Amino acid sequence: MTGTRATVRRSSAERRDNQRGWAWAMPTTLFLLILFIAPVILVVVMSVSKWTLLGGDTGTNFPDNFTKVLSDPLLRQSTWFTLKYTLLTTVVLMPIALGLALLVQEARRWNNILRTAILLPSALGIASASLLFYALYSPQMGPINPILARTGLMDLSSSVLGTPGGALWATVILVVWRFAGYYMLLTMVGLQAIPADVYEAARIDGANRWNTFRSITFPLLRPTIAMTMIMSITGSLLAFEQFYILTKGGPNNSTMTVVLLIYKYAFETKKDLGMAAALSVLVLIALVVLNALQLRAMGVEDEED
Amino acid sequence: MIIRRSRRLAAIAAVAVLATMVTACGTGSTGSGAGASQSQSIPEAGVDDGTTLTMWSRAPLEAQAKHAVEAYNSTHKNQVSLELLPNDDVEGKVGAALQTNTLPDILAGDVVRVPYWAQQGIFQDLTTEINGLPNKADLQQGHIDAGTVNGAEYTLPFVTDISVMVWNKDLYKQAGLDPDKGPSTVQEFHDQAAAVAKLNKSGVAGTYVPGQSGGALVFQLFPMLWGNGEQVLSQDGKQSLMASDSAKKIYTVYRDLASAPNGVGAGSKEETGATWTAPFQDGKIGVMPYPYTAVSSLFKNSPFDVGVAPIPGVNGGSSTFLGGDAIGVTRSSSHVAQAWNFMAWLMTEDAQQKVFADNNDTASNLKVLESGYSKADPRTVVANSTIKTGRTPVSVNFNEAFNAAGSPWQLLIQHAIWGDGSTVDADNTAITTVLGQ
Repeated sequence: MTGTRATVRRSSAERRDNQRGWAWAMPTTLFLLILFIAPVILVVVMSVSKWTLLGGDTGTNFPDNFTKVLSDPLLRQSTWFTLKYTLLTTVVLMPIALGLALLVQEARRWNNILRTAILLPSALGIASASLLFYALYSPQMGPINPILARTGLMDLSSSVLGTPGGALWATVILVVWRFAGYYMLLTMVGLQAIPADVYEAARIDGANRWNTFRSITFPLLRPTIAMTMIMSITGSLLAFEQFYILTKGGPNNSTMTVVLLIYKYAFETKKDLGMAAALSVLVLIALVVLNALQLRAMGVEDEED
Repeated sequence: MIIRRSRRLAAIAAVAVLATMVTACGTGSTGSGAGASQSQSIPEAGVDDGTTLTMWSRAPLEAQAKHAVEAYNSTHKNQVSLELLPNDDVEGKVGAALQTNTLPDILAGDVVRVPYWAQQGIFQDLTTEINGLPNKADLQQGHIDAGTVNGAEYTLPFVTDISVMVWNKDLYKQAGLDPDKGPSTVQEFHDQAAAVAKLNKSGVAGTYVPGQSGGALVFQLFPMLWGNGEQVLSQDGKQSLMASDSAKKIYTVYRDLASAPNGVGAGSKEETGATWTAPFQDGKIGVMPYPYTAVSSLFKNSPFDVGVAPIPGVNGGSSTFLGGDAIGVTRSSSHVAQAWNFMAWLMTEDAQQKVFADNNDTASNLKVLESGYSKADPRTVVANSTIKTGRTPVSVNFNEAFNAAGSPWQLLIQHAIWGDGSTVDADNTAITTVLGQ
């Protein structure tokens, strides 16, 4: 009898705990559901529907949206360009961020000023930064053209953004300027998490600066580098604002990114939300696979307790 | 048990949230292809009962739209509240508003977009009202045609913009050309541009081409074919005729200029349209087809003398591109009679005179074009005279085929003028493919 009463007490306490747990989790669950899960489900629904911008949803048409997207020559062109841009940005940005972090790592007066200066562009939104660079690159009002013209690199009336190569590099420079400080900060956090006694031991063993960097700093920084690389690669694969503002995908579609293509499908050329959603689903799948591969390649996995 | 029930509740809640969202997105579904029709009978002049009407227009036409709304509001009980949309956001904003049935009462849009909008049922059918206008025959027809689907009429002209040939008289004098005589054929256009190019003055070129702007390119080049009595699109708007012998002659003329020193202005190949009027304004260009809205201000402010003529056909004749914005009442409007009052008023000679002619803008009413510019510069009269022969291309997919950045038309021009010139037929087929979608 006593045992039964105890069981009843325990189960009612468990019930209260559970209810309390659900109550605590409910806001986050709803938040996740409305802002993340529901849009993904909606995009999947749209991707299998005939859903034009002005005509609305007029029924299922799987797999038409996907076949239309996959047969578009612009998809191949934009995928190739996006990969090229991602590789270029990451290759340029990561070493610069690491170099800057190593440079200003120690807390000295001048380093504090430098850190602030390098971090400052991160305070600007990418759209604002793009508009700023658009003005700088403008042949009519910017200072870049006259400088390049004086050095004989370019005609005074041409535009930096007028050639495929010029437009790509102009955008990479903008992105490096905007993000280098941010990734520097993340890398610095990783650097400061390395215990000082490891360096102390290395110094006692007579390791020089290069050996210390190669054998201690770099290996222990690997999780941070992996994280920043994933952020940089994912961000670059999803590049939109900088190209929308600087190049509109031109000249001649040469700087068309995949996300810009999604936008064009939806609002500019096709006015087809179904096609745009189909391409979004393909991009989502590609990103999930890529991130999984990246994490595995970088040797970053969940550790068992 | 409790956990299971809680899970079930959570699942039901999730499904309910999703269903609400999906339904919310679905309720605006309009179906495609049908134009909306309003059933109530509307007086000839509409209704002026003090209703507040909402209206959207494009930011590039801010001045003209404000003149129209201010003039109407100061003389009517109805009041129009104007919202200007950035040019690039129009399509997305209209699409979203259509899905949620929140379009304004009156919508003005780029006339080359209007056929698609009309076909998708954005506008109310105003066939009876438009045909009942006492002065319908006086209105430029291009903007009415653009909004006509299967005989049903949805739009009237709002702001008419035209393309004309302009030349720099000072440069013409220096090149030994007659400064009062612009080109009357495409070959003369070539020869006059080439003569200016031969001046070999620093930064000065024969002509200028907005090579990366499909919209500016159609504005410049289509009249050369229309003037010649030819078409640029098939009757149904699904086939591009931009690989005809005459079209190829136009490309050859530009190609020849592009390959000569100073033939086309530096930056032409890369010009996206953002600054395509600037080189002529700066006095650096000899002769080029140009938007009239950008010319009138040059008459007073320019340090050089500007010549104006219609854009010549390939072998003679002339025409113009009737651009600008057409206007209609949207399917979301519950004030059709009041909105019609605004539109019908805007078509009257008085309104056209006050809103457009008195501000040196182009009227859409042919009578005002003939008699309303007596105090205007003679060159304005020359420009206005082109409207009678002007055209507006009508095709549902025109924007994608011609105007959009990186469109097949833009690629055709790039290849024809700066490439090896051998791909005009293939590029034209690509335009037709997009038009026929």
